[in-house]
Amino acid sequence: MAQIFHRSTNTLSRVTIFGAVFIAGFVLWVIGGIVRSPYVTNQGIAREQPVPFSHQHHVAGLGIDCRYCHTSVEKSNFAGVPPTQTCMNCHAQIWTNADMLAPVRNSFSSNTPIRWERVHRLPDYVHFNHSIHVNKGVGCASCHGRIDRMNLTYQASPLTMEWCLDCHRAPEKYVRPRDQVFNMAYVASDQKTLGPQLVRAYNIQKLTSCSTCHY
Amino acid sequence: MSDNKTTLDFREFRERIGDIRGKEYWRSLEELSRGADFEELMQDEFPRQAAPLANGVHRRDFMKLMSASIALAGAAACTPPSGKPEKIVPYVKQPEDLIPGKPLFFATAMPLGGYTTGVLAESHMGRPTKIEGNPDHPSSLGGTDAYMQASILGLYDPDRSQVVRTFGETRTWSDFIGALQPVLKEAAVNGAGLRILTQTVTSPTLGAALRALVAQYPGMQWHQWEPVSGDNKREGLRSAFGGYVNAVYHFDKASVVVSLDSDFMSDGAGHVRYSRDFASRRRVRHDTKSMNRLYAIESSPTSSGSIADHRLSVRPSQIEGCARAIAAGVGLGAAGAIAENASWIAALVRDLQRNQGAAIVVAGDDQPPVVHAIAMAINQAIGAIGTTITITDSPEVEPVNQLESLRRLVTDMNAGSVKALIMLGGNPIFDAPADFNFAAAFDKVPFRAHLSPYYDETSMLSHWHIPETHYLETWGDGRGHDGTVTIQQPLIAPLYNGRAAIEVLATLAGGMDQSPYDAVRSHWMTNGANETLWRKWLNDGVVTNSALPARTASASTSIPAPVAPKQSGGFELRITHDPNIYDGRFANNAWLQELPKPQTKITWENVLLLSPKSANAIGFGDAERDDLFNEKHTLQADLSFRGRTLRVPVWVVPGMPENVATIHFGYGRKHGGKVASEISEKNPGGVDIYPIRFSDGLTGGAGAQITLVRSAGTYPIGCTQEHQSINPKDVGGDRGIIRSGTFDEYQRNPHAILGEEHEAAAEKDESFYPAFEYKGHAWAMVIDTSVCTGCNGCVIACQAENNISVVGKEEVVREREMHWLRIDRYYRGAPENPEVYHQPVPCMQCENAPCEPVCPVEATSHSSEGLNDMTYNRCVGTRYCSNNCPYKVRRFNFFHYADYDTEAMKPMRNPDVTVRTRGVMEKCTYCVQRINAAKIEAEKDGPQGRRVRDGEVTTACQQACPSEAITFGDMNDPSSRVASLKKEPANYALLEDLNTRPRTTYLGAIRNPNPEIRG
Amino acid sequence: MAQKDETPVHEIRPVTQEVRVPERYLPAPTIEPGHSYASITDHISTIVLRKRTPIGWYVGFGISLILISVLTATIGKLVFVGVGIWGINHPVGWGMDIINFVWWIGIGHAGTLISAILLLLRQEWRTSINRFAEAMTLFAVAAAGLYPALHTGRPWYDFWLFPYPNTMTLWPQFRSPLMWDVFAVSTYATVSALFWYVGLIPDLATLRDRATNVVARKIYGMGALGWRGSAKHWYRYETAYLLLAGLSTPLVLSVHTIVSFDFAVAQIPGWHATFFPPYFVAGAVFAGFAMVLTLAIPARKFLKLEDFITMKHLENMGKIMLATGMIVFYSYLMELFLGWYSGNVFERFMVHNRIFGPYWKMYVALIVCNGLAPQMMWFKRFRTSTAFLFITAMFVNVGMWLERFVIIPASLHRDFLPSSWGMYHGSPWDWSMFIGSMGLFLFLLFLFIRFLPMISIFEMRTLLPEAHAHGEEH
Repeated sequence: MAQIFHRSTNTLSRVTIFGAVFIAGFVLWVIGGIVRSPYVTNQGIAREQPVPFSHQHHVAGLGIDCRYCHTSVEKSNFAGVPPTQTCMNCHAQIWTNADMLAPVRNSFSSNTPIRWERVHRLPDYVHFNHSIHVNKGVGCASCHGRIDRMNLTYQASPLTMEWCLDCHRAPEKYVRPRDQVFNMAYVASDQKTLGPQLVRAYNIQKLTSCSTCHY
Repeated sequence: MSDNKTTLDFREFRERIGDIRGKEYWRSLEELSRGADFEELMQDEFPRQAAPLANGVHRRDFMKLMSASIALAGAAACTPPSGKPEKIVPYVKQPEDLIPGKPLFFATAMPLGGYTTGVLAESHMGRPTKIEGNPDHPSSLGGTDAYMQASILGLYDPDRSQVVRTFGETRTWSDFIGALQPVLKEAAVNGAGLRILTQTVTSPTLGAALRALVAQYPGMQWHQWEPVSGDNKREGLRSAFGGYVNAVYHFDKASVVVSLDSDFMSDGAGHVRYSRDFASRRRVRHDTKSMNRLYAIESSPTSSGSIADHRLSVRPSQIEGCARAIAAGVGLGAAGAIAENASWIAALVRDLQRNQGAAIVVAGDDQPPVVHAIAMAINQAIGAIGTTITITDSPEVEPVNQLESLRRLVTDMNAGSVKALIMLGGNPIFDAPADFNFAAAFDKVPFRAHLSPYYDETSMLSHWHIPETHYLETWGDGRGHDGTVTIQQPLIAPLYNGRAAIEVLATLAGGMDQSPYDAVRSHWMTNGANETLWRKWLNDGVVTNSALPARTASASTSIPAPVAPKQSGGFELRITHDPNIYDGRFANNAWLQELPKPQTKITWENVLLLSPKSANAIGFGDAERDDLFNEKHTLQADLSFRGRTLRVPVWVVPGMPENVATIHFGYGRKHGGKVASEISEKNPGGVDIYPIRFSDGLTGGAGAQITLVRSAGTYPIGCTQEHQSINPKDVGGDRGIIRSGTFDEYQRNPHAILGEEHEAAAEKDESFYPAFEYKGHAWAMVIDTSVCTGCNGCVIACQAENNISVVGKEEVVREREMHWLRIDRYYRGAPENPEVYHQPVPCMQCENAPCEPVCPVEATSHSSEGLNDMTYNRCVGTRYCSNNCPYKVRRFNFFHYADYDTEAMKPMRNPDVTVRTRGVMEKCTYCVQRINAAKIEAEKDGPQGRRVRDGEVTTACQQACPSEAITFGDMNDPSSRVASLKKEPANYALLEDLNTRPRTTYLGAIRNPNPEIRG
Repeated sequence: MAQKDETPVHEIRPVTQEVRVPERYLPAPTIEPGHSYASITDHISTIVLRKRTPIGWYVGFGISLILISVLTATIGKLVFVGVGIWGINHPVGWGMDIINFVWWIGIGHAGTLISAILLLLRQEWRTSINRFAEAMTLFAVAAAGLYPALHTGRPWYDFWLFPYPNTMTLWPQFRSPLMWDVFAVSTYATVSALFWYVGLIPDLATLRDRATNVVARKIYGMGALGWRGSAKHWYRYETAYLLLAGLSTPLVLSVHTIVSFDFAVAQIPGWHATFFPPYFVAGAVFAGFAMVLTLAIPARKFLKLEDFITMKHLENMGKIMLATGMIVFYSYLMELFLGWYSGNVFERFMVHNRIFGPYWKMYVALIVCNGLAPQMMWFKRFRTSTAFLFITAMFVNVGMWLERFVIIPASLHRDFLPSSWGMYHGSPWDWSMFIGSMGLFLFLLFLFIRFLPMISIFEMRTLLPEAHAHGEEH
């Protein structure tokens, strides 16, 4: 009887049948890539701020210590965002009429807080505590990257759970001496031997119970 | 200022609506708050105010901002126009200046029924989130009851009145002051027309102001009334001691306590303290030699009676007879005609006599004065006065017979001699005695002003309604059960434009505005305070040595002759206030509404309590009852009392005396908040009992005036636990849920009370595999069932700490209540007068948790410290874990219960606990947020960090428990209290045969019956 | 066999054979006499290829569409409001969602059993019902699949149940029976689908060849995967079919075994029982055959298939129902006995509560439906009466649903602590979901009988004496 399909159909059907497997695999691979990309993690995206504050200038340039502004980083879960007062401590004297600083002056005069854009955002069901990390020898730069090289602040790390666990499962890979925590430029000479030492010295535990962060 | 302004200019905001003395007023909160600013403010994880504060900006300003943000309303009105700086001294436990993200604690006091109890209020970034008891306050000693715990919800309640009103018309405070002037002018001439109606007042400042006012307006009268008036006690003590005095009990010194229908452990001034004192003599450990004994003679089940060693269930009218019989026993007055229970009472009397000077007879507030008098006479005879009972002056500024006080007011109002009535709190239209016909008299008064937190029944009929501040919003003071004064300091500026009674009085005094702070401070500065003392008082939460001194008084031992014996035919009706919503003032508090009542486990409702026999008598048979109870339904009956008929749901309670019907008043509110008045169309939030509460029968009545007729149809009841007895025949055998025994048995063989199958199962590991070794902490809890009165303090504490949702009556009827911690109530023995056992059941944190392996996504897993973690954000909601939990302590969000929308509620939430969404399982995790906080602090202590010390972590339930029944700690720390309790012979695990190895265990309930009494 | 499909289809052979042996000495035929290759092919394929669709089909299909809309509405409500619309509550976390899941899965057993096991056992009578039963299996599994997917509180996170690499570095809990379910059910669905499809290929080819409408020819053609009926094709086909049969045989046992683990692994009295796997499997077969009967009896009537689905088929299925029914009934008795014999307070109370508790009516009904009703199958009179068979099958369908009700809510509602006892009642939404899932089932079923041969044409051909004649020659 008359053929209802052209010869090519055979090839076509074979290709589709076997190809399906690979197509499915490829799709999954793409998804895996997307969920780790900045589109999802916001990694490396600098935020527009009401005042174009430059950590690069203040930290690297002027050598101001982190704790001068982030006062509660050693005491509380919240590192603390500086009050306008802190800005004015200096900017009452210098750059007193820079347009760039107008919002700061307004805020101070009108007693209206500056509304900064949040850069590092964790979900509400994740409870992160700055103070314990800082006290156990986790450097600012370990999570926040080279803040001292950022003109506009961006999120240096993906802040995904696998990223947290990477350190929680093997802190020795990242811990540094307490006195180096606020040193942006710190590089361990020999983390392999130093790490385990510090873990013992600071009695650092590998906390991976769910309730370490989720409650 | 342009509306597109992105940031909130606080000053401008205040100018716009803050100064409500300005002429302009506003109608909608939105219009006011310029939505956006506040929305954002609310959403901020860390409110921006935190920053200036950290920098030492004045806390007062901080509170202004906070209040503005939180209330989403014109709350900034809080700032006193004088703008004088007002200081607050944070509690020393926390650093002086606020560290962002860290809570501060402030000592203040919660007033209820005039008496105050010291509390520590936890403040997160300026937002009060939790109430704890103040360990330094004699009425609390660190314990809290449900009212105190729930008061935090009352603070944020968006239904609270927010504006001054004239018959619904929005007005301003200044309008009110304006309208007040002519009234005051007239009063200046003739004060008699001016009346002030308050509730019970113990506040020295308020008292001084009132007295001053009386002096200022000659003839002006001050009336006092509240439905839970304490008149009986007042008058009883007066006839015993010849003057208004106050009796302070020392249950920690008493070996024998006799309760004459008194619920001293969960009701009345000082009950929190009393249950702690009582428990201190009741905790039985391996080395305990003595234990106190409680005889309860009651006319309906109470919390105190539920842990009594001997309970006599009699009709209300018989209590007096029993009292007389006891009196006669100790040699006072003629022996009463009590035939039944004679031997029981005789044994009781012998016990009293054996314990001269170490016994207490306490009469219930609902008992007539004569019973109180007799009780005091007995106390005198057994040498209790001066030893276990201290008599002091009354802490009340002006103790009066409140019923008579109100009667006078009503008479004068009817006579038209009342020109102006200023009501400071209270809700007389709703709660005045029925026969006073208050509303009619009220209507004759030309000027009626009402200060109250809600726009309620009375407010609606008043010319002026002024929103009242919450105790966490304003300055004040008050006395505790022993007279100890606490300065009540605010944690936050008034959210809803409220005014304190003191402010209103100030305006009456001369129209000039005086901030509560000035009033209180100046009062105390002129009464022995100085700057240092003042700071200390605020800091400690008590005014040093302000407890009233003991009076050398002795009660008259002459027993008043019995009046004509009450005719006790037919039913007796007992009317008393509700254990949850009190006299109705907490009707809009959803936490208290949904709280299972201590004895009946009923929520959202008041019901008519009957004994099983009496129920049968009105044709409510056992079989039908069981079916209905299964389905969370009950039947209704028409209750007629003196010709007034109410249709009430009937509930059968074992332990009720025959032919007695008990019902609680406070429900059936028509106004005063959504929760209070419209629980739902179908279920009108309980029945209003005040219409049958007459001035000569405030606690009920007896005889032929009462009829009870079963009416057609059934009625849905939100009851969280049916009438579970643990009698083996009812539950297929002994389930070993409650282990109990007598003190004697315990002395002979401490293990006996756990039952033999326990000794068999004791301490053997059922597993083939070696058990997991907990190297670090091993958190565990022990709950002492001997001292638990089922008071519910822990349940609400848990709800407040863990942001637990309210689900509403319909959902409770569907058995979907969310409380993580429930108090199981079991009956044992005959339904006429069964033993009652309370068993708080949180998550058991099983080491072999059945819930863990069945969760397909590992949303629930075991922590290295033995906690049974629940990871809300990982939960997909298969509910398998709940099915497989033998204790059924897991709670599922069947709907979106959590309120994400009401802005006013958001700042109330505990920022350390995730608010759960729909479709997610949740449960108790031993307040893991508190554990983590403590661990972090410990780890930061020293280069190596250190272990968390015993007592550094307290769970919310443990901290609240008035009788210290709950102990929590680290099992691996041999020195911890919990570790030692685990070794106690009476320690047992619930359903231990399942080998779930629970971390939460119980101490068997040990009672101390009098061997001379059989049964 | 190769020449078989060279047979010109237009050539109708007159039937010449006449039966000599008295009928009572012959086994009941699996195909009524007087049929030829062509007549079989004609008869079955015309059902599919005829131009005019009978009005009855439209009616039935319409009804199924209405029910589907009910299902859609329910699912919508469920996803947007929450599982709270169901009757579940705190003691009873699983209600009609899981009841219906198990019920459907059980029904989904007959297909594979008939196709695979009976094939391996060379039960040729299976031939005329296997295609139909397999289809039914697929549709039942589809309906069943709805429930586990939608019973979760947050269905949009269901994918967490699958093991896949993720940024949380989390795996699912492999110890959870629900995990096992995911694999068991999906495997079963896949294999049954393949088995069914492979079986269809030669018939799709037949349809392709007979279809007059071009579109139909193309569509069937695609399905036929270029089947030409060459000896090579037949050889490979037979191998593949046999392999699949071998594969699916253990699945018949595994699926319901694992479903039973959902309960057996838990420790609730009434769930925690070692005999659940065989009990559930037997129950499944029981339910499956009941459903095949429920559908086959009307189908046979309306589609005039009495010749192919003969009384022998019905009777055999009746016998199987009787056998499996007895196993199930035995399990019920065992359940009671073990409960009592355990001496365990909770187990004993569970037994007592089943019989005398608030749900006693359900239990009595269960015993009547699954225990007593099948006993009618002892008698040939009833086995050979379509009416009685149908009624019995209906009883069993209801009974099996009751069984799951008694196992799930009636065990959960009163477990260890009396304080947390409660009651369960299906809400209107529970029922609309159930009815809706029936709609889905019918919908697929109607499509199937309209567009695919519900009886395997080529296999029916092999039942003809001619086929065997050929067979003997080789």
